[in-house]
Amino acid sequence: MGVEIRVEGLTKSFGHQVIWQDVSLTLPAGEISVMLGPSGTGKSVFLKTLVGLLRPDRGSVLIQGQDVSRLREHALYEIRKLFGVLFQDGALFGSMSLYDNIAFPLREHTRKPESEIRRIVLEKMDMVGLIGAEGKLPGEISGGMRKRAGLARALVLDPEIILFDEPDSGLDPVRVAYLNQLIVDLNAQIDATFLIVTHDIASARQVPDNIGLLFRRELVMFGPREQLLTSDEPVVGQFLNGRMQGPIGMAEEKDAAQVEQELAELDAGRHTGPRGGKGASGEGVVPRLLPSPGITRSPRWQAIAEREEMAALRARVADHARSRRSARDAAEEVD
Amino acid sequence: MSPSATAALTAKATNGLRHCGNLFALALDVLRTVPRRPFQAREFIQQAWFVASVTILPTALVSIPFGAVISLQIGSLTRQLGAQSFTGAASVLAVLREASPIVTALLIAGAGGSAICADLGARKIREEIDAMEVLGIDPVHRLVVPRVLATMAVSVLLNGLVSVVGVAGGYFFNVVLQHGTPGAYLASFTALAQLPDLYAAELKALVFGAIAAIVAAYKGLNARGGPKGVGDAVNQSVVITFMLLFVTNFVMTAVYFQIVPQKGG
Repeated sequence: MGVEIRVEGLTKSFGHQVIWQDVSLTLPAGEISVMLGPSGTGKSVFLKTLVGLLRPDRGSVLIQGQDVSRLREHALYEIRKLFGVLFQDGALFGSMSLYDNIAFPLREHTRKPESEIRRIVLEKMDMVGLIGAEGKLPGEISGGMRKRAGLARALVLDPEIILFDEPDSGLDPVRVAYLNQLIVDLNAQIDATFLIVTHDIASARQVPDNIGLLFRRELVMFGPREQLLTSDEPVVGQFLNGRMQGPIGMAEEKDAAQVEQELAELDAGRHTGPRGGKGASGEGVVPRLLPSPGITRSPRWQAIAEREEMAALRARVADHARSRRSARDAAEEVD
Repeated sequence: MSPSATAALTAKATNGLRHCGNLFALALDVLRTVPRRPFQAREFIQQAWFVASVTILPTALVSIPFGAVISLQIGSLTRQLGAQSFTGAASVLAVLREASPIVTALLIAGAGGSAICADLGARKIREEIDAMEVLGIDPVHRLVVPRVLATMAVSVLLNGLVSVVGVAGGYFFNVVLQHGTPGAYLASFTALAQLPDLYAAELKALVFGAIAAIVAAYKGLNARGGPKGVGDAVNQSVVITFMLLFVTNFVMTAVYFQIVPQKGG
């Protein structure tokens, strides 16, 4: 079972530049959460603060009653064994083959015999579809393969918490779909707590239980997926639609007058400029991605699947009623 | 001076002090981590082999002309003074005491240190170091300590190599090119130099190796800003190491003369 992460009043700055301040949220145990935010809002810094690679100026990160931001080095290395982290480019060790990379945590932290290590490594490589590439060096394979190898390495110690730093960057849409399915399947199998940092709205709409949005040095919102997807907060709307109109500018922020004018335009129904990049297809709740059919579902996923089924049923009934009504209206008009 | 200029200067000064402090902190971390088990024997051997392989040939090639130059200088000087019989003594003394630790230092910093810094710097910007920390492995224990110990070991061995090659080079130039007498050269071998000179030189080499590796590791682990950042880190690490090594050399030489009584005085 996963572990809960409680973040309270977290503030981080580099020199005089505040990255974000007063971020408070709870990543519920065993659930998938997504952190959205425009580029440069410190999402990666947030991930690194969670694992204690960076120390915050204020606030705390509580995991199993321990504050990661104040732990001494030795205790920090201990608590990091709970984590698996998928870095943006996989962060594989360039001098080792994929097999050695994935075996590395096992060899360093456990006294398992080599045959046992081999079994575990091959199992994880199979999970991410890398069988046959054991002997390759990270420099010889594509970005997508590096990412999957990084994921296999993050999984090898059976972590309680898995952090993904932009798992979709540099991948084609098909591989993103496979990766999303893999994430959901993993969550159903190992019940760890997941946090995904991403720009990809399409993934963010389907995959998580909870969504958060970082903007303008603050956590604008964090809550269940439905809450953010139906929010009428201007920033959320702009981000979900991938519009130019709204508070987010090219250089992070725009001036207040321009934002007001653009929001007024939107209210009047005047959309200008491009939209819909990076899967940003707008607000509204979409069906959730469920684990693949072969995967045994935990009670939590059974409940989610039932809820989704009910929602789909309700949507069909409503749809049916609507089509009946329009048919009746048409018939009346003929009369 | 305007207040903003003062503030900028203070910021620069504190920044410099902070780097200095962090460097010492890393040195202390290394010292504290050395006894921690399991010792990374494999990494140590690989690194020792690596540092040796990048330094042995240049060291040998540098120490031959170095010995020769000393021999030429001393040869002409002693001839003018009519003290040819001391050519060997002076040349051995110069090579053993000063030339070999300095040549070792230059090559360890220039070839070994820069390679270590580039390696760690590349790992840092590719987030490999972060990944390692997240996997619960202390990079100081896993990467830095074996490199520091390997550099120290190779440095001591190199110092021996430079001494031998330097003296041999000096002998060759003196005897073959300056037509000195081999007997006189060899007979005066121990007239000025003594065994503690060799010990002191080896101790210097040991310390130089440690300094070069720690500075290189510090700069590498703090590289930032992409490939150019690694280049900058390597550059800085070599420059800083050179400065530190020459200062350390001066201090150690001064202390040595205070402690060990000199021959022929």
